[in-house]
Amino acid sequence: MGELSRDAGGPVTSVPALLDRNAQAWPDRTAYREKEFGIWQSWSWAETRTEIRNLARGLLNLGVGPGEFVAIIGANRPHLYWSIPAAQMVGAVPVPVYNDSAAEEMAYVLDHCGARVVIAEDQEQVDKVLEVKAQLPALEHIIYLDPRGMRKYDHTHLHEFTHVQEQGHALRDELTPELDRRAAAITYDDICVMLYTSGTTGKPKGVVLSNRNIIETSKNSAEFDKLGAGEEVLAYLPMAWVGDFIFSIGQAYWTGFCVNCPESVETLATDLREIGPSYYFAPPRIFETQLTNVMIRMEDAGRLKKWLFDRFMAHARKVGGDLLDGRPVGGMDRLKYRLGEFLIYGPLKDTLGLGRVRVGYTAGEAIGPEIFDFYRSLGINLKQLYGQTEASVFITQQPDGEVRSDTVGVASPGVELKIAESGEVFYRSPGVFQSYYKNADSTASTKDAEGWVATGDAGFIEEGSGHLRIIDRAKDVGKMADGSLFAPKYVENKLKFYPNILEAVVFGNGREMCTAFINIDLTAVGNWAERNNIAYSSYQELAGHPQVLETVREHVEAVNRSVAEDEMLSGCQIHRFLILHKELDADDGEMTRTRKVRRKVIEEKFHDLITALYDGTDRISTRTEVTYEDGRKGHISATLTLCDAAVQPVASKKVAAE
Amino acid sequence: MSLAEQVLGHERDNEDGGWITADGRQIGAVMMEMKNITLRFGGVVAIKDISFDIRKGEIRAIIGPNGAGKSSMLNVISGFYNPQEGDVFYLGEKRPKMRPYEVARQGIARTFQNIALFEGMSVLDNVMTGRLNHMKAGVLAQALWKGRAEREEIENREKVEKIIDFLEIQNIRKKPVGSLPYGLKKRVELARALAAEPSLLLLDEPMAGMNVEEKEDMSRFILDVNDEFGTTIALIEHDMGVVMDLSDRVVVMDYGKKIGDGTPDEVRNNQDVIDAYLGVAHD
Repeated sequence: MGELSRDAGGPVTSVPALLDRNAQAWPDRTAYREKEFGIWQSWSWAETRTEIRNLARGLLNLGVGPGEFVAIIGANRPHLYWSIPAAQMVGAVPVPVYNDSAAEEMAYVLDHCGARVVIAEDQEQVDKVLEVKAQLPALEHIIYLDPRGMRKYDHTHLHEFTHVQEQGHALRDELTPELDRRAAAITYDDICVMLYTSGTTGKPKGVVLSNRNIIETSKNSAEFDKLGAGEEVLAYLPMAWVGDFIFSIGQAYWTGFCVNCPESVETLATDLREIGPSYYFAPPRIFETQLTNVMIRMEDAGRLKKWLFDRFMAHARKVGGDLLDGRPVGGMDRLKYRLGEFLIYGPLKDTLGLGRVRVGYTAGEAIGPEIFDFYRSLGINLKQLYGQTEASVFITQQPDGEVRSDTVGVASPGVELKIAESGEVFYRSPGVFQSYYKNADSTASTKDAEGWVATGDAGFIEEGSGHLRIIDRAKDVGKMADGSLFAPKYVENKLKFYPNILEAVVFGNGREMCTAFINIDLTAVGNWAERNNIAYSSYQELAGHPQVLETVREHVEAVNRSVAEDEMLSGCQIHRFLILHKELDADDGEMTRTRKVRRKVIEEKFHDLITALYDGTDRISTRTEVTYEDGRKGHISATLTLCDAAVQPVASKKVAAE
Repeated sequence: MSLAEQVLGHERDNEDGGWITADGRQIGAVMMEMKNITLRFGGVVAIKDISFDIRKGEIRAIIGPNGAGKSSMLNVISGFYNPQEGDVFYLGEKRPKMRPYEVARQGIARTFQNIALFEGMSVLDNVMTGRLNHMKAGVLAQALWKGRAEREEIENREKVEKIIDFLEIQNIRKKPVGSLPYGLKKRVELARALAAEPSLLLLDEPMAGMNVEEKEDMSRFILDVNDEFGTTIALIEHDMGVVMDLSDRVVVMDYGKKIGDGTPDEVRNNQDVIDAYLGVAHD
C-alpha cells in the first residue's frame, strides 16, 4: 500500500505523532464533523491539531504530569475525542468512562485508576462526579464541556473546556517547548489508553493497551478492509468501549478518515442518513431493531407497495447474497435485481442510512441468520468479527466473499489462534493487552508467559473453511444431569432471532431439563397488539397476555425442533418457560452496560421463579426490586404464568450405546 | 424600609431595592407594576383592586383556586384585556391602552394554557414565527430571498437553533406539531416564546396535564431559562408543589382578590391562603 510511505519521516509511535502526520499530509481534509444547531460543523486536520494542542497546553497549565490518569466521561463529541490525544501528549493516560454509569460505578473506576483530572461532557456528568468526589482523594480538577447550568457551581476546581484551551493558547510561547518535549518522549510501548471492561462477573477491570497494541491493530485491520482516508464513520457507540476507540481513534488517525458525531442520541437515525457512512459498525441489536422497524412500517404500507416490497425482497434473498460475494448469477436475475435496486433496495438503504456502506461489521453477540441475510441481500457488505478489549478488538473477522452468519471468520492479520482441550479459544497477537491495571492475579490467569490469552469462549475451527465458530462462554458451558452438553447461549440466540423475543435466559446446568426466562420485545409485540386491538398499559400487562404466551410458546417449540437436530446439544430443549414481568436492565445489575446477561445475578434475584419452573407450579406471585435511572429504588409485583413447551424426543443413540 | 426588607427580610443589596437569592441570582429593579387593577366583564368582577409588582430577573408566580382570576390577570399583563380601573407600569412608564402585538414588541412573550401552535407546521417553522418581531425586511425582499431578507433569515435560524438545542427538541425539529404528544407541544410553545427573546416571559399553566417526569423536565427548563438568559418569568400554575419550588415570590388570588403576596414560605403559612385552598368551615 502506498499509504505506508506516509511514515517516511520516521516511525510513528503514538496517536499524537499520527495527528502531526495527518495535519501535515492533509491540513484541509475534514477530520471531525459534529451536528450542532442543525448544521454539520467541521474541523480539518490542521484545525483539529490546533484545538488538541491548545487543550494539551491547558492541561500542562493545570499541572497534569506524566503517568497520571485523565478520565473522559460523555457522549461522542469531537471535543471529548480531542481530549484523548491531548492527555497522551502531556504524558498522561486517557481513561474513557461509560457515560451512562451510575455515580457509584463511576466512583469505582475513578478511584481504581486514581484519576487526577476528569473531563466531563455536561452538568449531568459533573454532578455524578461531585457526588462521589469525597471518595476520590486523587481527583483535583474537573473540566466540563457544556457550560449550561454550571455558572452557579464553585469554580475552584471546575474549569470550562474552552477556558482551559484559551489558557493553553495564551501560554503557547511558554508551554510549547515542554509540550513538544513530552510528546516526543512517548515510546511505542508506553500506555496509549486504559479501558475498563464491563465485566459479566465482578468489578470492572482496567485493560492497559500500549501504543504498539493500538497502532499495529489499526494498521493491520485497516489494510484487511482496505480502509482509506476517504472513509466516513459515525461515532455513536460508547467512547469507553474498545471498538469505538479502535474505529474512532486508532483507525481514524492511522488512515486519516473522518469521524462524524451525531447531534444527540434521539437524532441518530436522521444523522446516520445524512452522513451515509462508508464504514459502519453496529451490534446485532441495532440491526435487529432497524429490521423490526422496517417490517412494522411495511405492514402499514399500501397494498401495491407491500406487494412490490415482498416480491423484490424474495428476489434479493435468492440472488443478493451471491451477487455480493461475486458468485455467478444469471442475466435475467441480474436485470431483475437491478430493477429492484432502483425501486426498493436503493431507497430502503438510503432510508436506513446504509446506502454507502462499503464495509459493515457486527459483533458482540450472535446475529440472527434472517437478519444477517436481509442486509446482505440488499447489497450491504455486512460481516462479522470476533474480538475483545484484551485483543484491541480484533481476533477473527470475515474476509470479503467468505461471509456466513454462523461463523466469526478467520484469524485477523497478525493473530494466532489455538483451541485448548477444554474447547476454550486462545489467541496471541500484536494487539494483546499489557496487563489489567493493579490486578496482577487476573493478568496472570488470563495471559500466559508466552502471550497466549484465554478468551473465555468455547469454540472450534471449522474444517475446510478454517473459520472459527463460537458455541458459548466457556464457563457457561456445562453438563445436564444426564451428562449431555449444556450450552445456554446457543439456545438463547436461537430464541432471540425471533423479533418478538428481546432477551432469553436458559437454565439447566446440572439439572434434568432446561427452562427459560423470556423478555418480549415491546416494539414488535406492541405493534402486534395494536393491529389486533389488544389494549395494554404496560410492559408487564402485555407480557402476561395469554395470546402473547401462546405466540412465545410456538417460538420455543420451533427452537426445540431446531435444537433437537443437533446431536451434541439436543438435551438443551426447553421444557418450561415464563415471560418475565420486567425487562432485564443494566441499572438493576441484571445485564452489563454492553447488554450481556449476568447469569449469576439473575439466578439469585429470581430464585423463586426458577424453583417454580422446576417444581411444576402453574402460577406464581413475585415481588422484584427495580432501580430507576436516577438511582431511586422501587418494587413491582406480578403474578406470572408458567408454561410447558413440547419437546422433541432426544436421539436414542446414548441409550443404544449403553 | 425597602420592599425587599419588608416582604422578605432580606438585606437591601442594591439601590433599586433588589437582592441576591440564596442560589446566587440577581433580582433587580421593579420591571412591571400593577396598580389597583380592576377588570369587569359586564356585571362580573374578574379582578378586584389588585396591586403587585414583578422585578427584573425573578420568577414570579400567580396562584389560586379555579376561577380566581389568574388567567385574566395574565391577560391584563399581556395586553389582551384592558382593565377598567388601575394602571400598568412597564419599565417605569405608564402603559397606555395597547393591542397585544404592541405589547409583544415591548419584549413580552407568552405561552397559552390551551396550546396555541400552528398544528400543520413543523416545530422549526413554529419556533421561527416567534422571531417575527425581529424581521425587518419587507415583503418583496422576503419573497425574492435577497440581501437583507436572506441575512435576517440566517441570523434568525441560528437563534432558533440555539433555542432548539437549549430545550432539547432537536429530534423533532422537522416534525409537524400536530403529531407531537402534549408534553412536547408545551415545550415547543415555550421555544416559540423564547425565540422572541423576551425580557418578560408569561407562562399560562406551563405544567397543566403533565405527569411527574414531564413536570420535572419543564421546571428544569424554566429555571434554566431564567438562569441562562436572565429572563424575568411570570407564571400561573395549579400545582402548589411546583410553584413553591420554582418561584422567588408568589401572588395568591381568590375570587378576584389578592389574598397573599410574598416568598413561598410566607405564602404557605398565610391563613387566608390555607383557607382558600382547603376551604373553611362555615358555622
